[in-house]
Amino acid sequence: MALEATSEAPTTTPRRTRSFEQRAILTVSKIWSWLFLIVLIVFFSFEGTGFVSIRNSQNILVAITPILLMGLGQTFVIIAGGIDLSVGWVMGLASVVSALVIRDTVTLLAEETERQGLSSALYSVFAAIGADASPEAFAIILGFILGVGVACVAGWINGVIIAKLRVPPFIVTLGVSFVARGVALLLSGGNIVGGQPRLLRDFGNESLFYLVRGEEKAFYILHRPELTGNDLRLLDRILAWPVVIWIILAIILGFVLRSTQFGRHTYAIGGNKEAALRAGIPVDRHLIRLYILSGFTTGVAGVLNTARYSGGSSIAGDPLLMSSIAAVVIGGVSLFGGVGRVSGTVVGALIIAVLQTGLVMMAVEPFWQYVIVGIVVIMAVLMDQARDLIVGRAEA
Amino acid sequence: MEPLLEVKNLTKRFGGLTAVNGVDFAIRPGEVVGLVGDNGAGKSTLIKMIAGVYQPNEGEIYFEGKRVEISHPAQARELGIETIYQDLALAGNLDVPANIFLGREMKRSYLGGVIRVLDTHGMREESRKLLETLDVHFPSLTARIDNLSGGQRQAVAISRALYWHAKLLIMDEPTNNLGVVEQRKVLDLILRLRDQGIPVILISHTMHDVFAVTNRIVVMHRGRKVAEKRTENTDPQEIVQYMVGALDDTRLAEQPA
Repeated sequence: MALEATSEAPTTTPRRTRSFEQRAILTVSKIWSWLFLIVLIVFFSFEGTGFVSIRNSQNILVAITPILLMGLGQTFVIIAGGIDLSVGWVMGLASVVSALVIRDTVTLLAEETERQGLSSALYSVFAAIGADASPEAFAIILGFILGVGVACVAGWINGVIIAKLRVPPFIVTLGVSFVARGVALLLSGGNIVGGQPRLLRDFGNESLFYLVRGEEKAFYILHRPELTGNDLRLLDRILAWPVVIWIILAIILGFVLRSTQFGRHTYAIGGNKEAALRAGIPVDRHLIRLYILSGFTTGVAGVLNTARYSGGSSIAGDPLLMSSIAAVVIGGVSLFGGVGRVSGTVVGALIIAVLQTGLVMMAVEPFWQYVIVGIVVIMAVLMDQARDLIVGRAEA
Repeated sequence: MEPLLEVKNLTKRFGGLTAVNGVDFAIRPGEVVGLVGDNGAGKSTLIKMIAGVYQPNEGEIYFEGKRVEISHPAQARELGIETIYQDLALAGNLDVPANIFLGREMKRSYLGGVIRVLDTHGMREESRKLLETLDVHFPSLTARIDNLSGGQRQAVAISRALYWHAKLLIMDEPTNNLGVVEQRKVLDLILRLRDQGIPVILISHTMHDVFAVTNRIVVMHRGRKVAEKRTENTDPQEIVQYMVGALDDTRLAEQPA
């Protein structure tokens, strides 16, 4: 049934009338992932002891950091009709590079300081930028920049080959994934890159707020109360630094996708690349930027991994690749491109983490989580299709 | 009246094949010109030279009285020549304003231009005003293009061209794949454009459409212009005979009795 296009019959004709059932399915298909997350939380709160607690909720927020960060960039890439399979090993590469840079910079700074600095040209450079005041902080910042930077370079390589040389993203990012894997393993010798300064571990494990149970003045901001031994068990960390970082990034990127020209062009390219080209959108440049963005969020995941475990791990990201894509798909991003939201990816990542933690707390064999996540992914796509059937993706 | 667009002796060869062979024609404001011909007659190639997709091997293009070289589609658009191809080039996942403003989005600046946000409200208002001047009404501007009918999509594509100051519109088979009612609406839209002073070159296979809206009909056969008739002085049968090569004004001697 055609809609009204001209004045001959103005807007009196209603749009297709939808039955109650259709509208119900439509609504559910839009918000099902939120509903599902709530159902899971309610279910586990009855089944698992201590599931709904500050500590457990904070653990879940920390646990989703890497898959969510990888998923954030991936959300943009998939909405634009691409895919980035390199994020797993690129995350490992970023982790290794940042750990190596931090370790070696700290060592180097210590040596230079010992040599009574003044005669050393290198030391005067460090002194000039204030690195001598806090060599560890300097090393960490440098390590983070280079770790994220190397991931951005990997993303740039992905983007250039995909956009300029017209190789399918699946192939390019698979290739770059192997290269990143090789480089990460070569650099680290296949081992964990240790020797990290104490300041790094503090950053990875400390949080914005602290709560001490059973104490009068129980709430601390930024300052960690001094507790030792058994008392440590009374301490709850609220909003650990990695969580603060992913929340900020998710808010910024959600805004960028929804409300800026950059986001609009991302949707347009995923919806109809040819139309985007003819509308004068610089499609190639935009695609390259999207893969750099994917590299960036993946790099952040990598350096936060280094911080959290006080060591660079080349293999940290690989097992998380599929989970991150699953989070994106559960969140309602269509693999055909053009559809999706950042908030969906956050919910998708939360669903996966809640499932994992909840099943463990129920003492269910942990491997069941994979079975369930797999079913949820397929369910997500079915929901999309149900919606398309009702709305009618192309009815002309 | 001075022609808005005039092409002289336009010729395009692809290797040994002459796709368009020495074609002359002109279009003035207030006119709708039908461009007809069988498949492979050279209509598309002719249009693509005007739209800047192909460069002619010979011949000249005059726009608003001035000789122009159109070496790129963007250049044609800058001149005010908009081509609406059959696929319409709309992003089906976006709504009507997003498509009208695609690639040229309105933005609002905050913090001295550091943060620039899409002006969704402004674009919706502009779209609404634009569609009103065309007398086109949508139940909702925020519907995805995928959920609109073929005629509505055609209207969106036309609106987009107009918003960006099209002076000449080239439409390739705009009524293809449309229902009867919708065809009628698109044709009405073409007449309205004509009345607003924007001439339209209409490429179509459908004789009914061509006769319904055009002032003149240019017929092509094997790369040449074989006839140019005022619509009121001809009929579909005659045009078809030109299209299949049974009639040819450029070879009067061979014309059958």
